Amino acid sequence: MTDLVLKGKAIKLGDNISTDDIIPGRFAHLRSNLPELARHVLEDAVPGFASKVKSGDFLVAGKNFGLGSSREHAPVVIKMSGVGAILAKSAARIFFRNAINQGLPVLLCDTDKIGDGDELEINLTSGTIANFSSGLTLSCSKMPPIMSAILKEGGLIPYIQKHKDFKL
Amino acid sequence: MGKTLAEKILSLKSHGEAEAGDVVIADVDLAFVQDTTGPLTIKQFKESGFKALAKPQQAIIFLDHAAPSPAQQLSNDHILLRRFTEETGCRIYEVGEGICHQLVAEKFANPGDIIVGADSHTVTGGALGAFATGMGSSDVAVALALGKTWFRVPQSFLIELNGVFPRGIYAKDLILYLIGQIGAAGANYKALEFGGEALAQMTMSQRLTIANMAVEAGAKVGLFPADKITQDFLVERGRGDDYKPLYPDAEANYEQVIPVNLNQLEPMLSLPHAVDNVRPVTQVKGVKIQQAFIGTCTNGRLEDLAVAAEILKGKSRHPGTRLLIAPASRQVLIRAIEKGYIRSLIEAGAAILPPGCAACLGLHQGVLGNDEVCLSTANRNFKGRMGNPEAMVYLASPATAAASAIRGEITDPREFT
Ligand code: SF4
Repeated sequence: MTDLVLKGKAIKLGDNISTDDIIPGRFAHLRSNLPELARHVLEDAVPGFASKVKSGDFLVAGKNFGLGSSREHAPVVIKMSGVGAILAKSAARIFFRNAINQGLPVLLCDTDKIGDGDELEINLTSGTIANFSSGLTLSCSKMPPIMSAILKEGGLIPYIQKHKDFKL
Repeated sequence: MGKTLAEKILSLKSHGEAEAGDVVIADVDLAFVQDTTGPLTIKQFKESGFKALAKPQQAIIFLDHAAPSPAQQLSNDHILLRRFTEETGCRIYEVGEGICHQLVAEKFANPGDIIVGADSHTVTGGALGAFATGMGSSDVAVALALGKTWFRVPQSFLIELNGVFPRGIYAKDLILYLIGQIGAAGANYKALEFGGEALAQMTMSQRLTIANMAVEAGAKVGLFPADKITQDFLVERGRGDDYKPLYPDAEANYEQVIPVNLNQLEPMLSLPHAVDNVRPVTQVKGVKIQQAFIGTCTNGRLEDLAVAAEILKGKSRHPGTRLLIAPASRQVLIRAIEKGYIRSLIEAGAAILPPGCAACLGLHQGVLGNDEVCLSTANRNFKGRMGNPEAMVYLASPATAAASAIRGEITDPREFT
């Protein structure tokens, strides 16, 4: 089950963070060693990211987060690094679906209204983000009900274990 | 209400009326993984408690990304994948058979099929009129077990193609131009559907190049209608019975219509480090390159090698430029040998790599050094893509790559055609 209220600090990223930024191809040999792979997450885009990120932090990105490959290792290692949710102006389709399938919330909103280090509280039920640092409340775009149901179960695998099939 | 190609296929496969914006559960005709996404797929499959595949003959493992394997971890992944084949009876294509998307096009994709692959360039199958899309390992694991998945029915953009390609201009130039226009996120969640009079002249090889890169504009699928050219392609491969015509309805509803006149295109390039960072070759020529790479699921087909061989025949690569060539499949390599292309390419100084992804994703066979520049016929040039974040990757057609390999710098292929 995914927690419905999340609290954490924003780590700001730019536009167009690709899956090659999240997991560079040169680490492909580590793909079956996820803890080791997680040590290199976002290494080229944010030097020192893996040692900087704290459990519960939020990635707050610009446009088209996660463009590129279908490697589900990308949301897997982001989640393993401790990230609680991803906020972005927009997200690439395959990445978005993969993250939800891993029980990692992705919320689409106007991330210009969030600064690096801002303290945030995300409410997944109402789809709102309270920014304690600025006092603003942001609302996020809605995802299809089937995705919300998958996220609520903690990802696609727990969802299927429970329901045995897709339920619309 | 008329239907787009996407709506037609999803209606058929969900046994209902699918309209853009709906969420449907649809039958999956083919599900596949490759060697970098397959191990996680198997893990998810097993964790879900699944034992058997819904359709073992319609489930495929391709060993193409690290082929032959450059590292023991990847060799062990290959062992895991081979073992899964033994356990479940799914098909496997071994090292040297070729790139998953090329083999799916040669042997499996049919008009009206739904294909899901744990690889983003699964969209390539759209060239044959299949609703083919990339997904992650969990989604493919569930599709393998249940034989179905859920989709949100996409809105479609109609790309209306008219005119003919001028000399020296190819399908790659068209799709790079389009991505430059639409932007890397411009078609997120959408279907790109190709139509217009130019299709009647457009070979399957060209369609595959175009469909392959639909995902670089963010699209879920890149769909072509199934027509005479599709039929001829299937008949040539002994699959004529799999052909059925497939066209969008005349009154289909498109979110956008984008007309393109092929007569007005020029050779195009994507500059580092974004696929939508597109410029005409004329504005970039003269940039020195240390490596030219012709291959991949975008441009490793027989027609591509023919274009390159014609330009390179009797000439030599520049001494400061390595020339790597990877045919997209064993079939492509055999035909290229028969036609004499491989000989011309080797005589011009090319290194021929085994059929597979080769240098495309930076894991073996052509990793770049610091500050090196590669002109590649692949579909992605993100930072670090060819194994080194300190290197630069430009994307272009096989003609531009061949011409540039001769000069050792980015060159307009029309100087050689
Ligand atoms: S050739 Fe490149 S883009 Fe195509 S499947 Fe292989 S790694 Fe991916």
